[in-house]
This record gives sequence, C-alpha cells and structure tokens, in this order.
Amino acid sequence: MSAELPAGRSTGWWGMVLFVTTEATLFACLLGSYFYLRFQNGPQWPPDGIANPALLRPLLMTAVLVPSSLPMIWAERGLRRGRLWRVRAGMATSMLLGLTFLGLQATEYAELLTEFTLTTNAYGSLFYVITGFHGLHVLIGATMIGWVLTATRGGLDARRHDRVRNVAIYWHFVDIVWLGILFTVYLSPWL
Amino acid sequence: MSIVDTPAAGADPTDRERLAENWTERPSLRSWLTTVDHKRIGRRYLVTAGFFFALAGISALLMRTQLANPGSDLLSPQQYNQLFTMHGTAMIFLFATPMLFGFGNFLVPLMIGSRDMAFPRLNAFGYWVFLFAGLFMWASLPFGAAPNGGWFAYVPLTSVQDSPGLHLDVYTLGLLFLGISTTAGAINFIVTALKMRAPGMSLNRMPLFVWAIVATAFMVIFALPALNVDNAMLFLDRRFGAGFFDPAAGGNVLLWQHLFWIFGHPDVYIIVMPGLGIVSAVLPAFTRRGVVGYPLVVLAIVAIAIISFGVWAHHMFAVGLPQVSYGFFSAASSIITIPSGIQIFAWLATMLLGRLVLRTPLLFVIGFIVTFVLGGVTGAMFALTAFDQQVTDSYFVVAHFHYVLVGGALFPILAGIYYWLPKITGRMYAERLGRWAFWLVFIGMHVTFFPMHLYGLFGMPRRVYTYPAGLDWDGWNLVSTVGAYVLAVGLLLVLVGVVHAVRRGRPAPPDPWGGDTLEWSTDSPPPAYNFPVIPRVHSLHPTWDARTAESTGPGATADRILSAGRRTPLTSELDGRYERPVEMPEASGKPLVLALTLLVLFTALLFAWYPVAAAAVAVVAGTVAGWLWPGRRAEART
Amino acid sequence: MGTTEAAQTPRTGPDRRRRTGPAVAAATLLPLAGCASDAPSALDPAGAGAQRVEGLWWLLFWISVVVFVEVLALLVWALIFRRGARTRVRHGQPLRFVTIAGAGLPLVILVAVYGVSLRDLAALGTDPGPDAPTVEVTGHKWWWEVRYEGVAGATANEIHIPVGERVRVRLRTADVLHSFWVPQLMPKTDLIAGETRETWLHADRPGEYRGQCAEYCGLQHAHMALMVVAVPRPEFDARLARLAAPAPAPSTDAERRGQQAFVQGTCAACHTVRGTGAQGRVGPDLSDVGSRWSLGAGAVPNDAGHLGGWIANPQTVKPGNQMPPQPVDAARLPDLIAYLRSLD
Ligand code: HEA
Ligand code: HEA
Ligand code: HEC
Ligand code: CUA
Ligand SMILES: [Cu+2]
Repeated sequence: MSAELPAGRSTGWWGMVLFVTTEATLFACLLGSYFYLRFQNGPQWPPDGIANPALLRPLLMTAVLVPSSLPMIWAERGLRRGRLWRVRAGMATSMLLGLTFLGLQATEYAELLTEFTLTTNAYGSLFYVITGFHGLHVLIGATMIGWVLTATRGGLDARRHDRVRNVAIYWHFVDIVWLGILFTVYLSPWL
Repeated sequence: MSIVDTPAAGADPTDRERLAENWTERPSLRSWLTTVDHKRIGRRYLVTAGFFFALAGISALLMRTQLANPGSDLLSPQQYNQLFTMHGTAMIFLFATPMLFGFGNFLVPLMIGSRDMAFPRLNAFGYWVFLFAGLFMWASLPFGAAPNGGWFAYVPLTSVQDSPGLHLDVYTLGLLFLGISTTAGAINFIVTALKMRAPGMSLNRMPLFVWAIVATAFMVIFALPALNVDNAMLFLDRRFGAGFFDPAAGGNVLLWQHLFWIFGHPDVYIIVMPGLGIVSAVLPAFTRRGVVGYPLVVLAIVAIAIISFGVWAHHMFAVGLPQVSYGFFSAASSIITIPSGIQIFAWLATMLLGRLVLRTPLLFVIGFIVTFVLGGVTGAMFALTAFDQQVTDSYFVVAHFHYVLVGGALFPILAGIYYWLPKITGRMYAERLGRWAFWLVFIGMHVTFFPMHLYGLFGMPRRVYTYPAGLDWDGWNLVSTVGAYVLAVGLLLVLVGVVHAVRRGRPAPPDPWGGDTLEWSTDSPPPAYNFPVIPRVHSLHPTWDARTAESTGPGATADRILSAGRRTPLTSELDGRYERPVEMPEASGKPLVLALTLLVLFTALLFAWYPVAAAAVAVVAGTVAGWLWPGRRAEART
Repeated sequence: MGTTEAAQTPRTGPDRRRRTGPAVAAATLLPLAGCASDAPSALDPAGAGAQRVEGLWWLLFWISVVVFVEVLALLVWALIFRRGARTRVRHGQPLRFVTIAGAGLPLVILVAVYGVSLRDLAALGTDPGPDAPTVEVTGHKWWWEVRYEGVAGATANEIHIPVGERVRVRLRTADVLHSFWVPQLMPKTDLIAGETRETWLHADRPGEYRGQCAEYCGLQHAHMALMVVAVPRPEFDARLARLAAPAPAPSTDAERRGQQAFVQGTCAACHTVRGTGAQGRVGPDLSDVGSRWSLGAGAVPNDAGHLGGWIANPQTVKPGNQMPPQPVDAARLPDLIAYLRSLD
C-alpha cells in the first residue's frame, strides 16, 4: 500500500456509495413495476403480438459490459501502487467497452422501434424506459471516465484518488444493474 | 458577535484569529449567494420552510372559511381543489421535511462537534434547489395552474385525458426537482454523522436527535426513488403517451398507488422522526436528566425506519386487494405502533424521574405528547382493515393525520424554535409571549381537528369543496373553522415572538438551558468555525461531563485545533477514532449556478421547450464537471 | 350556489332505532349530544356490514380511552409532583417500566384486537350467495349509473334493495376512480378503472340511507351522492318490474310537447328514456327521473323549479359537470319540465 492512501474511508467514498444505493433503489422500483404490470396483464406477455425479445444481441451486450468492470478493477489496483499508466489504460478500456455497449443498444433500438414504441402499450413503455434509463447511466459513466482521465493528467494525489475510486464504484454499479435488466426485460419473458 | 467568551483556553488567541480569518465570510451580496456555512444554510431552510408554511396555512384558512357553512360559494371547485392540493403537497414536501432538514443542517455539525457538514457545497446546492422547486410549484397558483389532483395524485384522474393543462405537470416536475434536494441532503446527513463526529463520540454516544436525522436520511434514500419513478412515469404518460397507468394500453392504475405509498408511508415517518428527535433533544434540558433508555429509543428509531417500508398498503385498504395481503399489512401496521409506544413511555419516564422546568419548549413537548398519542391511537385503529374501510377518505382520516402531523411535527418544530432560538440568533425570546402562543396553538389545534373525528364518523368525505346542510356536519365544521383561526393567531404570536427576539431579545449566554449536547458548549450564535477546539467526547451528555469540557481546555492538542486552513477532523464510522483532518471547501457560486440551471431545465420541460432543456442539460454537465474538478489546494497545505 | 340544502334530507322519515348502550356513552364522552338525527352516520348502522364495524369501533374507542388516560395520568403526575426547586432528580434507567408499558401491554392489546378485526374483515368479505339480487353500479364523473342484473332498464343515483336481504353490488367505473360508501350500511369499496369490484348491501329496516363517493374524483366529487332505499320485498319486485317496462307515456298535451322537444332536441343525444327515440348513453337514464330523490347526484332537490334551473344551465347548479348548457327555447321549457316530472 502506498502512503498516498489516507487512513479510513473518505467522505467522498461514502457519498458515492449512498448515491449508488438510492439509484439502485430506483432501478428496483422500475423492475418491480415491470413485474407488477406483467402479472396484472394476463397470460399474454409481451402483449399485442409483440415477439419475445431476441436474446443474441443482449447477451452480446452483456459480454461487452460486464467484463468492462475488470479493467476498472485493474486500474484501481494500479492506483494503489501509484501506477498512473495502468489507471489510464484500464479506465480507457472500460470506457471503450461501455461505448460499444451503447452502440449495440442503438442498433437494437433501430430495429425494435419499427416493431413497437414507447406509446404502443405498457410493455413498450417499460421496455424503452428501463433500457433507455440504463443506457443513460452507461453514458454518464463513460462521461465520468472521460472526465477523470482528463482530470488526472496532472498526476495523482489523494483527491484524485478519490475521484477514480468513485467513478469505479459507479461503473461497477451500472454493470450490476445491467444483470438485473438482462434478467427482467430480456430473459424473464421466456420463462 | 459572541456575547460571552467561552473559556476554551486550549486555543490561544492567535489560533482563534486564524480560525476566524479562515472561516468567517464577510457580509456581502457575494458571500450571501455563495456561502457554504451550514449555519447560514440551516437558517435559510428554516425561514424558507416557514414561508411556505405560511402560504400553505393561509390556503388552509381559505379552505376552512369555505367549509364554515354548508353550500358556501366563496371558492369555486377549481380553486378549492387547487388549494387543498397545494396545502397538502406544500405542508408535506415544502414545509415539514425542509423545516426539519433546516434544524438538522444547523444542529447536526454542532451536536457532533464538527465545523461543517461533510459536503458543504452540496448543502448549499440542496438549499437552492429546495427554494427554486418551492417557488416553481407555488408560482403556478396565481395562474390557476396549480396541481389539483390531491397530494397523492391518483391516476387516472391525473392522466392527461382527465386533467388537461399544466396542473399535474407542475406536480410531477416540481416533485422530481425537489427530490434532488432531498436526496442530496439525506446523503449529506448520513456521511456527516458517520465521518465527522468529534473524536471519542462513538455511535453509542451520538445524540438521539442525530440518530433520528440519520434514520430519516436512510428512509429518504430508500423511499424517494419510488416517488421519483412514479412521477417520471406519470410525466411520460401525460407528455409522451406512454402507457404505464392506462388500462387500455395494458397499464394499471394501482401501480401508481403502490409506488406512491411505498414512498408515502415511510414519508410520514420521515416527517415525524426528526420531530421525535427534537423531543429527545429538548427533554434533558428541562428535566435535568438524560432521556431514559437511550438504547431502547435508538432501537425504536431504527425499528420504525425499517418497518415503515412494510405497511404501505394500509393506505389502500378499500381498493380491494386480496384478503391475505390485507392481513399482512394490517399486522405490520399494528406492530409499528410499538416502537412509538416505547418512545412515548421513555419520555414519560424521563419526566417522572427528572425535575420539570416548565418553559415554553417543554410546554410544546407536553402538547406534543398529548396530541401525538391521540393521533397515534386513531392510526392504530386504521391498521385494522375492517375499521379503516369504514372511515378511510372521510374526515376521520383528516383528523388522524393532522393530529400526528401537527402534534408530531409542528409541535416539536415549535419546541425546537423556542429551544434553539438563543443558539441560532444569540437572543432570548420573551417567555410570556411564548406561553400565550403555546396555549392558543394548543387549544386552536384541538378545536380545529377534534371535531373532524365526529363529522368523519357522521359520513363526511374528505376533499369536498362544499357539503349540504341538515346532515349534522354543519355545526361541527363551523367549530373547526373557528379553531383554525385561533390556531392561526397562536402561530402569528410565534412569529411575533421570533421577530421580537431577533430585534429586541436579551443577549443569550452560550448555554441558557443547561442542555446536554455539544451545541451548548460554544457561543450563541456559534462562530463561523463552530468550535475553537474540537472536543474529545467522553460520554452521552458531553456538556454535563467534566472530562469532555476539560478536553477543550489547556492541553488540547493541535490536531483538534486545526487553525491552519479550513479544517476539521474525520473520525472512524463506529467508534469515533481520530483519523485525519480534512480540508473543507470554500464558498462557491457553482451550487447556485447549478440550481438555477436546473430551474431552467424544469421550466423548459414544463412548457415543452425541449431545445432549451437540452441546452440546460449541457450546462448542468459542465457545471458539475467544473465543480468536482480536483483543485490544487489540498496538497498545498498538507 | 346555496341550493344544496334539503336535497339531502330523506323524503320519508326513516324509522330510526333508539340508540343503544354505546351510543349513550358516546353522547356523554364524545360531544355527540344533539346529533341523534340526520347524519348518515357510521355510528347509526342499519345493516349487518356497518353493525360489525360499529362494534369494532366501540372496542377500539374504549381501548383508546384507556391508553390516553394512562398517558395523561402519568403526565399530570409529573406536572404536579416533579416540579419545584426541591424536587430531586433521579437517575435510574427504568427500562422494565418502559418495555412493559410501551411494548408489552400494547402488544397484548394489539394481538387481541387484530384477532377480532380479522373476524370482522372476513365477515365483511363473505359472498352474499348465488341467489342474491345483483346491482350493477357504474361510477361516472359525477353520478352513479344503476342497473339490476337481468333487468333492461337503468336508473341513476338511487339503489333500491329489499329489506333484510343481502344484495350483491358489482362496481365498475367509466372513467376515474370513485368509491362506493353508504356509512349506515357498508364500509367503502373503491371503483377501479379497468377492473371490477364487488361488495354487498344489507339493511335490516326500511329507510333511506345516504351514500357518497369517497374517492376524490375531480371537480364535482362533492356532489356525487346516492341514496339507498330499503323497501319490503314486494315493493322491490314492483320497482324492478317498472324498470323493465317502457317509461310512462305522456298524458297531457304539455307532456307530449315536452316529449317531442326532448326526443328531437339535443337531450336525446345523451339521455335515454325507455320506449322513446331517446337512447343516448352519455348521461343518466331519465326514464324515472321524476321520482328521484335529487337532481345531479345530490346537487339540488328534485322539484319543478330546480329542474327548470338545471335544464336552463346545469353549470350554475353543479359547476363543471358533464352536461353542457342546452339551447332550450324558453317557451318549450315548461313542457320539458312537465314531461320529465311525469316520468316516475
Ligand atoms: C407524522 C405523520 C404520521 C404518523 C406519525 C402516523 C402514524 C401512524 N399512522 Fe398515519 N397517516 C399519516 C401520517 C402519519 N401517520 C398521513 C399524512 C395519512 C393520510 C395520508 C392521506 O391519505 O392523505 C395517514 C394515514 C394513515 C392510514 C390510512 C388511513 C386511510 O387513508 O384510510 C393508516 C392505516 O393504517 C395509518 C396508520 C398509522 C399508524 C398505525 C401510525 C402509528 O405509527 C402510530 C403510533 C403511535 C401511537 C399508537 C401512540 C403512542 C403509543 C402508545 C401510547 C402505546 C400504546 C398504544 C396502543 C396500544 C395503540 N395512517
Ligand atoms: C404538516 C402537515 C400539515 C399541517 C401543519 C396542516 C395544517 C392545517 N391543515 Fe392540513 N392537510 C395536510 C397537511 C397539513 N395540514 C395534508 C397532507 C392534507 C391532505 C391534502 C389532500 O387531501 O391532498 C391536508 C388537508 C387538510 C384539510 C382537508 C381538505 C379536504 O379534504 O378537503 C383541511 C380542512 O380543514 C386542512 C386544514 C388544516 C388547517 C386549518 C391547518 C392549520 O394547522 C394551519 C395553520 C397555519 C397557518 C394558519 C399559517 C400561519 C402562519 C403564520 C402566521 C406565519 C408563521 C411563520 C413561522 C412560524 C415562521 N388540511
Ligand atoms: C352532452 C351530454 C348531455 C346533453 C346534451 C344533455 N344532458 Fe342532461 N345530463 C348529462 C350528464 C352527464 C348528466 C349528469 C350530470 C351530473 O349529475 O353530474 C345529466 C343530468 C341530467 C339531469 C339530472 C338527472 C339526475 O338524475 O340527476 C336531467 C334532468 C337532465 N340531464 C336533463 C337534460 C335535458 C332536458 C337535456 C336537453 C335539453 C339534456 N339533459 C341534455 C349529459 C347531457
Ligand atoms: Cu366520484 Cu368522488
Ligand atoms: Cu401510512
């Protein structure tokens, strides 16, 4: 451990953890709403002849997004040893994977929007709002990484440490939430 | 400013001078707009919430005037519906919670022996957002475009088909906007209480008021998202044709109710909990002893916070859910009375063992106990589904929630105003005026709301802008109206008392009451840096404890004086071990800019100026990036 | 407005039983004295459903009195004996007292009343049985559409039930949420958009029992009342028979002209009168409007004057209601009134 990391958790760390907690609750409410509407809706789900969601692309998106936490962890480890290049390289990789994910999501939307939209029915509303809201989070995460990469150009110190760690927490959160969405929105209709 | 010099010999005059120089903000418009001092922000919360309280209270007086007689046409149904919706919404969201957050802001750092909140600039931001969100909502009233769907805005009445116009867009956007402030405040409180406590203040020495604020903040963290999701979905339904709540599109109207009350029930405890905390803070000073059963009371606070998430469907006892779920929610709602009972009897025991000093704050605490227990027992009645189905949505419910809200939140708030006024303003209030205010408020309250039990049982539904004569409702409604005016006079006397104290009050000593918590160990009003020496805490009642007092005297170590820069110590989460000093941010204009940009964003969304909204989002992102940009200052001083 | 009075008071004085024991207690303990009259009061039940809840209420009421008096007594004790400079502060931690008084005793009480209330809840939830007559009630902004299962005709804001029998009530809404509440007979059941709910009514004595919508439903939520009329079985059967038949034919010239104006005018677009060309479904069926207890779901009494006022401009009578002002020729108005009054 380098002496650069001060004792105890910082206020920033706690702030981010709590923020992520309340955000996680937000997603829980959205996913809860999905199941509520599904089970109030009768046996036919998705309704109105909408096909079950295709799985290939979301699985591919999962394969892109979930492993993107690994370079982030690697970057964090590098941070503790004071290896700035690892921080940079790791985070940049995560960001690229995140952007790839968004690209895949864009192609998915382009296809699906011809079949149903936000206004088609409650299923459409749920689908686009949940996945769109998550996509927005990926976008924010990627922006945060870009911002930290710029902010750490001057070297590393305690304050910058904090920011890297906080961005990492956020990124891991966005990843984990995706698993909930994958299960709810894409897999559960097949069950 | 300080009246009496506290003997904190541990910090020599040069330290004090340097502290003053580093922390004090010179009074100017600029510092007024950019301040991050938790005391100034706390005061602002109190005044602003008081202002919204007056608006919501005046709305209530108008409603009561309309209801004084049957068939009155003082107000049109349009006006009445907007007034009662704004009354409820503002009382809950713009008065009760922010008022108590104001107390929290002012007091938490002082009570735990810190120099500021964990995130001072976030704190400033939270205040500005609260102010703007409140104005955003109230501004709609003069245009006749205020929310009119009741404070819980049930769909489909609030769908765009049944409520065209801006009314409900003001509601959804206003509450989403306000939610940013509440969430920010909650996170700030938790982190402050976890990390900023004076060394030696382990969790089991944390004042009950701080416990209450922390529990409240946790409830906010877990409850508010449900409201936000609900409002976002309603906004999307109304504006962009989504189908969440539209049965014709496969949506469901009960989804709104579930999400609303998953938030709404914890919210009523979010309101009452800090109130109970104030009671626990006021009692020791006026009974000359600590609150009985500290661990039990803490346990009760935590239990309420947790159980409050399992009772929401008791607001839906008449919608026809399955009987099993009613059995469950009914049981949970009954159980939640027990922690309240523990607290009531802990306070009673405290009063029975201590020596009562009957000053105005204690009067309000006694008024609180009487009123809150009456409101609580009707709550326990509603917990039983069969009974609730008879009285729900009648004035009986209106009676219940005013007993718990006025009794459980307003009375403690008034107790707190009198109790901490010397600390906040440095001036004493006039006791006789305070007593008059108490009796008028207390009598007015019961004359207004007790009869509502009766006409509720006599079959009068709530939210009616008028009612027919000849059903035994008329006379009692008149009584309620008279009571409301008495209550208003009492509150006016409170206001007069506050203004009088600020203008003419006797200067207050640091500790006029002999209170037990740390805020009484510093000047009234406290200096910008709160404490010349951060105390080392040795007990649950630090001010009554000689060792804690000594810790700020000669021999106080430099790591607790920290006069270089704006610094305060961080301690460990559980046992309050000293960790390291941190540098606190300086005044900044960014919080205000960010809040203003958000105001532009929400206004643009309201009027569907989407390009403006997009531009505002860009400015928001830029401001946040600049705000969090790591500065150079930190290294310069370490 | 100022026109709301009177409409609410029942036409015939319902025979009210003398208040029993608990009610006497109420008269002394609660300031209920002088109220033994016209309130549609939950404490003056007239049927099995409301009676159950009344019993529960008195149980809860007395428990609350005990709890409150206990707290008050302790407070008063402290105020009397724990003041003054010579009172010695005691520093004990009477945890046992707090736990027993604050948690133990309340728990025992709560478990007991919870048990009782489950029994009552189950009783309220029982099905009235397959042979029970069924009323189909549909909530509209801001009136109640009433149909009887197996009977073609509809009526509004008034439900007839046979005394002493359980009647199933099937609840739907045409628009927003409403809530069906007749305090003297039965607790509330909400009307949920997109779903159907059921409750039942039972009256053990003949009379008129006022009910009112109890879920906020917009501008005229205040005027969405209904009347449940409990009558002996033969009268009930006669009532259904009349609902199945065409509306009474006009018998005078004025009535005939009124009918013509009604059927050929705008009215028919929204209102039905059975057996005529008027088959509108937007507003209440008017085939028996002459006999209703009120106009506009409790807005005004049902007499010729108010009827004229309603037709001339319903918006001044019940602001915001769904019937727009009608272009009725002033000369035709008396005919229309005469015709509508003849429908009963
Ligand atoms: C400060 C706010 C506050 C507080 C503290 C409470 C406290 C309680 N409330 Fe209340 N409630 C509201 C605010 C609050 N409520 C509001 C705003 C509404 C209406 C919303 C709307 O519709 O607009 C509402 C509505 C409401 C309902 C729905 C009514 C309806 O719409 O039909 C129910 C149902 O169970 C309920 C129950 C309870 C219970 C069991 C408690 C308990 O926590 C009370 C516990 C306290 C005591 C019981 C007193 C002290 C205890 C003792 C002295 C021990 C001995 C006691 C016994 C043996 C009973 N409340
Ligand atoms: C904290 C919450 C709170 C408080 C304090 C109050 C206070 C009051 N309420 Fe409240 N009320 C609600 C929350 C609250 N209410 C809610 C949630 C609803 C439900 C809304 C809905 O159905 O959607 C409701 C509904 C409601 C109704 C039912 C409306 C209906 O169903 O049609 C009525 C009717 O009488 C009423 C009356 C009053 C009155 C007379 C007061 C009085 O106590 C008000 C007294 C206050 C004043 C007169 C202001 C005077 C102030 C000053 C002079 C300045 C003082 C300044 C400082 C101290 C800084 N309220
Ligand atoms: C656009 C539709 C519409 C038209 C046209 C219309 N009505 Fe109505 N009417 C309603 C509605 C809706 C109500 C229920 C109002 C309420 O109680 O809230 C109503 C109520 C009434 C009532 C009261 C019924 C009751 O039992 O309370 C009468 C009487 C009446 N209308 C007569 C007429 C006459 C006569 C005309 C034509 C001159 C007419 N209406 C035209 C919609 C209409
Ligand atoms: Cu229908 Cu209120
Ligand atoms: Cu509740």
